[in-house]
Amino acid sequence: MFGRLSLSVIPFNDPIVMGAVGGATLIGLAILFLITYYRKWPYLWKEWLTSVDHKKIGVMYIILALIMLLRGFSDAIMMRSQQALAAGGAQGYLPPDHFNQVFSAHGTIMIIFMAMPFLVGLMNIVVPQQIGARDVAFPFLNSVSLWLTIAGALLVMTSLAVGEFSKAGWSGYAPLTELQYSPGSGVDYWMWAFQIAGIGSLLSAINFLVTIIKMRAPGMTFMRMPIFVWAILFTLVLMIFAFPVLTAALAMLTLDRYLGMHFFTNALGGNMMMYVNLFWMWGHPEVYIVVLPAFGVYSEVVATFSGKRLFAYKSLVYATAAIMVLSFTVWVHHFFTMGAGPKVNAVFGVATMMIAIPTGVKVFNWLFTMYRGRVRFTSPMYWTLGFIVTFVIGGMTGVLLASPPADYVLHNSLFLIAHFHNMLIPGALFGYLAGYAYWFPKVFGFRLNEEWGKRSFWCWIIGFYLAFMPLYVLGVMGMPRRMQHYAETAWQPWLIIAAGGTAVIMLGIFFQGIQLLVSIRDRNANRDLSGDPWNGRTLEWSTSSPPAVYNFARIPVVHDIDAFADMKEKGAAYQRPDRYQDILMPQNTPIGFIIGVLTFLCGFALVWYIWWLAILTAVAIIVLVIARAADDDTEYTIPAAEVERIENERYRRLASVAPQEEIEEQLTPEPLPQV
Amino acid sequence: MKRNKYFLLVGLLSLGAAFFLEGCGGMVLFDPKGPIGVTERYVIIAAIALMLIVIIPVFIMGFWFPWRYRASNKKAPYSPKWDHSVKIELTIWLVPVAIVIALGTLAWIETHNLDPYKPIDAGVKPVSIEAVSLDWKWLFIYPDRNIATVNEIVFPANVPLSFEITSDTVMTSFFIPQLGSQIYAMPGMRTRLHLLAHEPGTYTGQNQQFSGNGYSDMRFNAIATSREEFEAWARKAKQSPDKLDLVRFDELSKPTSGYPVTYFSSVEPGLFDHIMRKYGPAATGRENGSAKYASRRMTAASEE
Amino acid sequence: MTTNASTMEFKQAGEVESPDTVANHAFGFWIYLMSDLVLFSTIFATYAVLSHNYAGGPTGKDLFDLKYTFVETMFLLFSSATCGMAMLAMRDGKKGMVMGWLVVTFVLGLGFISMEINEFYHMIRQGAGPDRSAFLSAFFTLVGTHGAHVSFGLLWMAVMMVQVMVKGLTTPAQSRLFRLSMFWHFLDIVWIGVFTVVYLMGVM
Repeated sequence: MFGRLSLSVIPFNDPIVMGAVGGATLIGLAILFLITYYRKWPYLWKEWLTSVDHKKIGVMYIILALIMLLRGFSDAIMMRSQQALAAGGAQGYLPPDHFNQVFSAHGTIMIIFMAMPFLVGLMNIVVPQQIGARDVAFPFLNSVSLWLTIAGALLVMTSLAVGEFSKAGWSGYAPLTELQYSPGSGVDYWMWAFQIAGIGSLLSAINFLVTIIKMRAPGMTFMRMPIFVWAILFTLVLMIFAFPVLTAALAMLTLDRYLGMHFFTNALGGNMMMYVNLFWMWGHPEVYIVVLPAFGVYSEVVATFSGKRLFAYKSLVYATAAIMVLSFTVWVHHFFTMGAGPKVNAVFGVATMMIAIPTGVKVFNWLFTMYRGRVRFTSPMYWTLGFIVTFVIGGMTGVLLASPPADYVLHNSLFLIAHFHNMLIPGALFGYLAGYAYWFPKVFGFRLNEEWGKRSFWCWIIGFYLAFMPLYVLGVMGMPRRMQHYAETAWQPWLIIAAGGTAVIMLGIFFQGIQLLVSIRDRNANRDLSGDPWNGRTLEWSTSSPPAVYNFARIPVVHDIDAFADMKEKGAAYQRPDRYQDILMPQNTPIGFIIGVLTFLCGFALVWYIWWLAILTAVAIIVLVIARAADDDTEYTIPAAEVERIENERYRRLASVAPQEEIEEQLTPEPLPQV
Repeated sequence: MKRNKYFLLVGLLSLGAAFFLEGCGGMVLFDPKGPIGVTERYVIIAAIALMLIVIIPVFIMGFWFPWRYRASNKKAPYSPKWDHSVKIELTIWLVPVAIVIALGTLAWIETHNLDPYKPIDAGVKPVSIEAVSLDWKWLFIYPDRNIATVNEIVFPANVPLSFEITSDTVMTSFFIPQLGSQIYAMPGMRTRLHLLAHEPGTYTGQNQQFSGNGYSDMRFNAIATSREEFEAWARKAKQSPDKLDLVRFDELSKPTSGYPVTYFSSVEPGLFDHIMRKYGPAATGRENGSAKYASRRMTAASEE
Repeated sequence: MTTNASTMEFKQAGEVESPDTVANHAFGFWIYLMSDLVLFSTIFATYAVLSHNYAGGPTGKDLFDLKYTFVETMFLLFSSATCGMAMLAMRDGKKGMVMGWLVVTFVLGLGFISMEINEFYHMIRQGAGPDRSAFLSAFFTLVGTHGAHVSFGLLWMAVMMVQVMVKGLTTPAQSRLFRLSMFWHFLDIVWIGVFTVVYLMGVM
């Protein structure tokens, strides 16, 4: 009836876990209580849970990302504190069983449930607006993608209370993840959460690819798209090519574990090296999927806050395309030490180094965008500047690791950990946080508090250096990754510094929480009345903050790169159309949410071998999909009169905004230099 | 105010650099004791040096440009439409290309030189050691001496070591950081590694690929000695009452952490091959890596 | 190109500015098919790597009956042709013909699946199931994934037949039928890869 589920799988004997579960339950109950007390359930259901509006879906993705950032970061605190303590003969406070789950959860959560939702969330909010569209190509599918991702995240969270999580690392190498070596529920949770989230991501990628290719405003040729849209476009191509490989690899591991097959087992002909190859064939493009949108954000931020066109737009586009293509040709560098032979290793090593070239070009393009600009030090710009100087260190260590002989001694050491966190934190995360600060006013209609944003930035960057530079040293001292304890006491001082860095980052996160509270408290003072708080250059700034559900009352025609800057220059930015039209919008629907719930239950059932529940929920999902697909009446019309009313209100607010004298005064152009 | 914050960041970075470069004791990768490790250190340093050609200008521009062109500095020129320069583009594409060509060539050459399968030619017959990773310990068999050990290898300095490596559990990685390269150990497969120690000493060996709960305990001692000391040690091992037959091996394979150093005075013949063949007939002697050296070794064996 | 400052330009669409949903759905489905192709390619590659790992068990030569596979293949190929006929009828607006050809396609597809299930059943009965060796795991997964896709296609076809019967050849229904036919032809192409790489090469 309940498969292999029983009360004994709840880890009552582990006080740390029970504390976490207790805390999370209390917070969850508190939130549920507050929603009920303020009678917000109808609002929540109507406006958010059943929404197919890309802007709301984007916000929900980012809320998920921020929550999972907290969870993944708690795992980081645990790892750093354990390693700071467990030197010589000391065992620290986390036994191997627990520590191994912590580092596996940390990686899985940060990549799949923090980075992916964050970038998909930014993509959701920004891309349709930047291309002058009203929504994405498939709004219902968008909702399904969101709820599938949330279902996956819920499975990971559930594993804390019911059963265990995987102890085999976020990469889940076989044969450690096979039944023989990991018989419990842990790997199954990891596998299903990963798989479900992966499908959600693939569906998003298809959705946005069609959106960008088919739904750009007239006149917006590819070479006039905002660079963020280009970055996303390349990211989507990466996702569409890479995620099916992961789907297949995880499916084969699933077949090994559930039906006794032999893809990656030790015996009967299984080939564990195949798993490694397949995983990294997805895994390498995945890290570019995670970083390219951040690069897109930096491009937008640098141009806007330098008051200048982005340097070498075409070159940036080609460089990003080169990165996209090359990212499929380097996967072996994740396992140079698996014995592939010198020719194979050397070829992949050189290919890996080649990616540094277009990436370097991008960094210089951003630098030269600032050159002869008028740089404004807003918090998005802080994140960008912090990124530029810090990311290149990681780039250097990456090119270093790309050399197979260097990798032979540095592979799987803390040097590797330092390298990829050097890419992911200043590279990807700072970009997302810059995007968060940059587009927050557009989404919510008021600006975030700049002071607390900058304080948070300083904590993050100082904390980052303190937490990860020692890890480079430790790698050179020979310390491997994933050590629950270690004999070498010389390593301990560095690990203590690293733990200190984590504490500083924690302060940074805390400041971000304060920033949010203070901003909400001061929202009336910081209202964005014009819709264009930064003197932006792209189309999303031409709408109100927040925009109407339809984004644009009339779809604009585009003539140049930086379409909105172009319009402002020609005095055509806020012209009222002579007449309005009826607007067709997709209806909200609960089906996406329900599919998410059913998928979570199905995943849970599969983990615990509750076959009847798994079959029932799977059938229900299919039935719902068929029912939805047969529904021909999924849109509603906003009458022209209603559109006019909304737009009139918007023009009233625009008229009340004082001209941005200060900014305009700074932007007195000079003749072009002779460079 | 902003200026102070910039200097703070630069100061912190310099501190970090000082720490890094000071060569505090224990940075074994920068203090290699064998030719493999020496060449690998050279590759690391060459890569850093070449990359600094890009990193340093980025650092300088990354601080200088935003400072000089800050919005409050009205004296700096402002060219909002300037977005293109052929000279700059050529430089930022071609200089990195040149660096990658240099580094790539170095990597190509040294990857072939440092092929783990490539025997080290020191004019002396190598010492052969068969390594088997277990949960969670290392078993070492000296096929030419008919002795075996757990979690310790002893060998003469300045003599090439020829390792054949497999696993009787999950994927692991055999690594002696101060001597050089690591390589994976995989069940049903045989990988090879060649190392040499320039001077006597006790070096730490470890498993560098996570393999479960006892992973942190998979350390072993790699002790380089003089010839005489090595022979004395081999004789001592030969006197151990412990014999590694199949029964004893089964016992050894049971998952345990923190296994003490143990010597065996005799080994079941063909134990290494037997361990590999456990994983099915398809796994028999399947070679990894360069076939070139596999066949060379077979020729050398037939010549002996 | 100068813009008259007094009138902003707007998209001169028809009465209502809305995306071309039919074209977008078709394009999106193409992209999905390409991602599915990547999925199949991965399974093909895995099959290629594991295709000789018999683990002392039966090989392709021992198990495959090319005559049987030929009949199976004919079922599927002919079903593709009849699906094409259904699309032609749809273009001519002939609802009855569409239904007829769909029924034939469905029956042929069902024939293919039945033969495949039968093959799997007999292999498992004689100890050559997917848990016997890596080769067999790869075989069952590659052929089985294709079969699972075909089965979903059959389900979709049944649903479409109901839709067409009840609502007629509406624009959404035609758009969905078009996508179904793309799916069906795609599976046909994948099958050609399967019987070449798995059956023909397995027996040689």
